[in-house]
Amino acid sequence: MFDLFFQSSSEGEPLWWQMLASGLGWTLATAAVAWVIAFTLGSFLGVVRTMKNQWLVNIGNAYVELFRNIPLLVQFFVWYFVLPGLFPAVKKMVNDMDPTTHQFVTACVCLGLFTAARISEQVRSGIGSISQGQRNAGYALGLTEAQTYRHVLLPMAYRIIIPPLTSETMNLIKNTATAYSIGLVELFFRTREMGETTFQYFHAFGAATVIYITIAMTANIIMGIIEKRVAVPGYISGAK
Amino acid sequence: MGDLDFGAVFRAWPFLWKGLQYTLQLTVIAAIGGVIFGTLLAMARLSSIKPLAMVATGYVNLMRSIPLLLVIFWFYFLVPVIIQKVTGAERPPSFGADKSAFITFIMFEAAYFCEIMRAGIQSIAKGQVNAGYALGFTYWQSMSNVVLPQAFRNMLPILLTQTIVLFQDASLVSLLNVTDFVGAASKIAQRDSRLVEFYLAVAIVYFILCFALSFAVKRLQKKIAIIR
Repeated sequence: MFDLFFQSSSEGEPLWWQMLASGLGWTLATAAVAWVIAFTLGSFLGVVRTMKNQWLVNIGNAYVELFRNIPLLVQFFVWYFVLPGLFPAVKKMVNDMDPTTHQFVTACVCLGLFTAARISEQVRSGIGSISQGQRNAGYALGLTEAQTYRHVLLPMAYRIIIPPLTSETMNLIKNTATAYSIGLVELFFRTREMGETTFQYFHAFGAATVIYITIAMTANIIMGIIEKRVAVPGYISGAK
Repeated sequence: MGDLDFGAVFRAWPFLWKGLQYTLQLTVIAAIGGVIFGTLLAMARLSSIKPLAMVATGYVNLMRSIPLLLVIFWFYFLVPVIIQKVTGAERPPSFGADKSAFITFIMFEAAYFCEIMRAGIQSIAKGQVNAGYALGFTYWQSMSNVVLPQAFRNMLPILLTQTIVLFQDASLVSLLNVTDFVGAASKIAQRDSRLVEFYLAVAIVYFILCFALSFAVKRLQKKIAIIR
């Protein structure tokens, strides 16, 4: 039953397992770049939303509402079709790009900004869960607001939010499949291609299912190790 | 930017409305079916019968670790084959993607609703279950009369929030050529070469609906919060 993976669609084409492997590569690359964008922007927005300045809080809240209330698929279409159509400058830039690069960049930006909204919620609630006394202690030591965030609040907040951050990371990896809609040749795209070319849908989808489960389990184990290493002593999860 | 024609969107509104109706139908039916099946799954996960709990846990973990898009395509191909096996028909019945989507979403969302209901059931004090048994209730009686009504009440805001997520996720069926809201917009947008106007309009409609719904859920949450 595994013969199929060692065949190719036609003479000279890569074997099916190689096609799936290349798709997996795109999936992981997209997820990695998008994660960096999401984590950076999400942390920034999360911090901004816990500050005193009401204007900054409102802008942060508006960002979250905007990106949470539009389906991911529609966001993909907006980035891929609407933006170049609205702005001639973007259109010119896109036309100069290789189509695959365009799809990859769109997928990274779209997933990154989408996930940033979710991570900012987690960072915000992580900071909110730290008692006010810690912030005051920082100020009492003469730290500036930025230093208090950097040395007191964020190191605690990140450790507290590791479990929800893990599930968000897994959501991000799963969401890369939606990039299939704009034609990015990631794992799901290759799976469908294999199914449609060979008519062996069960083989193709079965392989994809196994791969996605493996990714999810690996991500879980890695985050579990990190969680143990950085656990805060005295908290329920970090009883040491 | 000058040659945008949003009139095209308004002219196509009857067709888009049909698509939106399908999306709403799918959301409501999948939410109801998902909550029922999800509650049963949650009861199975918490059951003292080990094999039952293991099967339910495995199902939930499986559904939660693969992308919805893959699940949608799995069911699209599996459902006709299963129906053929069950009914013993000679060939797999032709079963449109628009119909298989109902089964897909009920089965998929059940895994997520299960986790919510499990938290809801676990949030009920053990003494309440024992009190039910002390009154002579059977397992099903204490569940349906004591535990589940409270669990539903406590979890209602989260269940509704998940339903909003479901409403957004339902847009993925358009990739199987189903004429849901996004599918309807895609079809006309491509016919008229007006992708910008149609996708922008779709984004705005989704935003307004989801924003209003989540605002309503927040209000409800404040209203039904139990003062402890």
